[in-house]
Amino acid sequence: MFLDELVGKGGEWLKGTGPESDIVISSRIRLARNLCEFPFVRKCSDTDKSAIESRVAELINQDSKWSDPVSYCRIDEMNDLDRQFLVERQLISRELAESNGARSVLIDSDEKFSVMINEEDHLRIQAVQSGLDLTETWHRINAIDDFVDSCLHYAFHPRFGYLTACPTNVGTGMRVSVMLHLPALVMTRELEKVFRSLQKINLAVRGLYGEGSEAMGDFYQISNQITLGKSEIELVQQVNEVIPVMIEYERKARDFLLRESRDELSDRVSRAHGILQNAKTISSEETMHLLSSIRLGVNLGLIEVDLPMLNRLFLQTQPAHLQKMVGGKLDIADRNVHRASYLKKSFNIDDN
Amino acid sequence: MKCQHCEKPATFHITELTDEVPEELHLCEEHARTYLMQADVTEDDVPSIAGALAQHLKINEAAEQLAKLDEQACPLCGITFYEFRHVGRLGCPHDYICFEDEIDPIISNIHSATTHVGKKPRGAAEGTDKRTELIRLRREIEQAIQVEDYEKASLLRDQIAGIEEEHSG
Repeated sequence: MFLDELVGKGGEWLKGTGPESDIVISSRIRLARNLCEFPFVRKCSDTDKSAIESRVAELINQDSKWSDPVSYCRIDEMNDLDRQFLVERQLISRELAESNGARSVLIDSDEKFSVMINEEDHLRIQAVQSGLDLTETWHRINAIDDFVDSCLHYAFHPRFGYLTACPTNVGTGMRVSVMLHLPALVMTRELEKVFRSLQKINLAVRGLYGEGSEAMGDFYQISNQITLGKSEIELVQQVNEVIPVMIEYERKARDFLLRESRDELSDRVSRAHGILQNAKTISSEETMHLLSSIRLGVNLGLIEVDLPMLNRLFLQTQPAHLQKMVGGKLDIADRNVHRASYLKKSFNIDDN
Repeated sequence: MKCQHCEKPATFHITELTDEVPEELHLCEEHARTYLMQADVTEDDVPSIAGALAQHLKINEAAEQLAKLDEQACPLCGITFYEFRHVGRLGCPHDYICFEDEIDPIISNIHSATTHVGKKPRGAAEGTDKRTELIRLRREIEQAIQVEDYEKASLLRDQIAGIEEEHSG
């Protein structure tokens, strides 16, 4: 099955390649789209949901249009573990995993784009790219949107733009976001201040898994708040302009830590490495926290660890990934033991 | 939507008809009361009990208007304005048209804009009214089948097929 092939892979957004990849993790754009002839998903009958689902499923047969082979997964026919697995990989939202009725996701083999069907809107098209490259991400998602538009009828209003179930997404229906790794700003307690100034210019800050999620592993997503009254290019520019400033802040905080407390920082990184190499049982939260310290240490030249492996571990030590690797359901205690032994193995292979 | 002066929800939407352009206000009950009292003061210079009573009446009227508005339903998907206010999600694309006057200030509040300037889908100029009508027809066909009115269901099915064919591709 397609999902099993993904288990050992790191996912496009955690590849850790591309410009400024020590701080910028990934660039992501999503478009909310609805078909004009159906109610929005919350008001859909089961028949409506199935009709939407099968209409979009037909697109997949026109595979000449897709640059890569695409896979199609019915979320409603999947077990909880597989759903959670897709959430952890950021290919589907928690909302899609937990809702009811016919719903699915279309994913390309590189995990560079996905289309959620029957989430809050009929279609949620998403494109992701490793590192900072929003313009390329926009060109790619725009082409996918054009293709879908040539096959289906979108709900559109001349003044309000693309119509969405929630008025907060109306207009372009577009959310542009960049994920950043900001451990030094967290350590120097400057993050709050930076985020407050971002809010003033209508940019939102979220944790690793979007709205309401904690900022696990010091990963933060910065995105546009407003979707109407600005063109797609303007929205991309708005986020694009602020990223170099954020990178600059994080670099200054890193320099400050190196200058003022190099020994403490180095100690922290080495201890994190020591725990991950030797723990017998460890939670997902603690793992993320320690991996974040090591990632900072690697980027500052304080420790030598293979960066692609480190990036992969952020994903593979999460609950569903761990269980998929073991090949079955595990309770929390067993997961923590398996996680510790998987980490130990990974770090020791790296040492040799 | 929040009150313009505090964090409470705005339940009073007042349109001031001035000489130039109408001014829209979105206020909670408390601030609506204060606003209407003040408006009264500037008119008469002296606040009168009669004036205050008159304003109180206006507030009750506004509440009545809101109750009336809450009952309004979209002819296509059937969602009421009350349901939208409480869930925060619209029922179908047509809601943006049938509740346009109410949604307009909400959208302007969220986005500080009311006009889309980005990408347009193909056929954006033709409009999507005919296809949106399918929402109503599909709802009616389900209802017809439920009450076993197969004759009506069959007529509706033909109508649906007609629209689907006409605008396909």
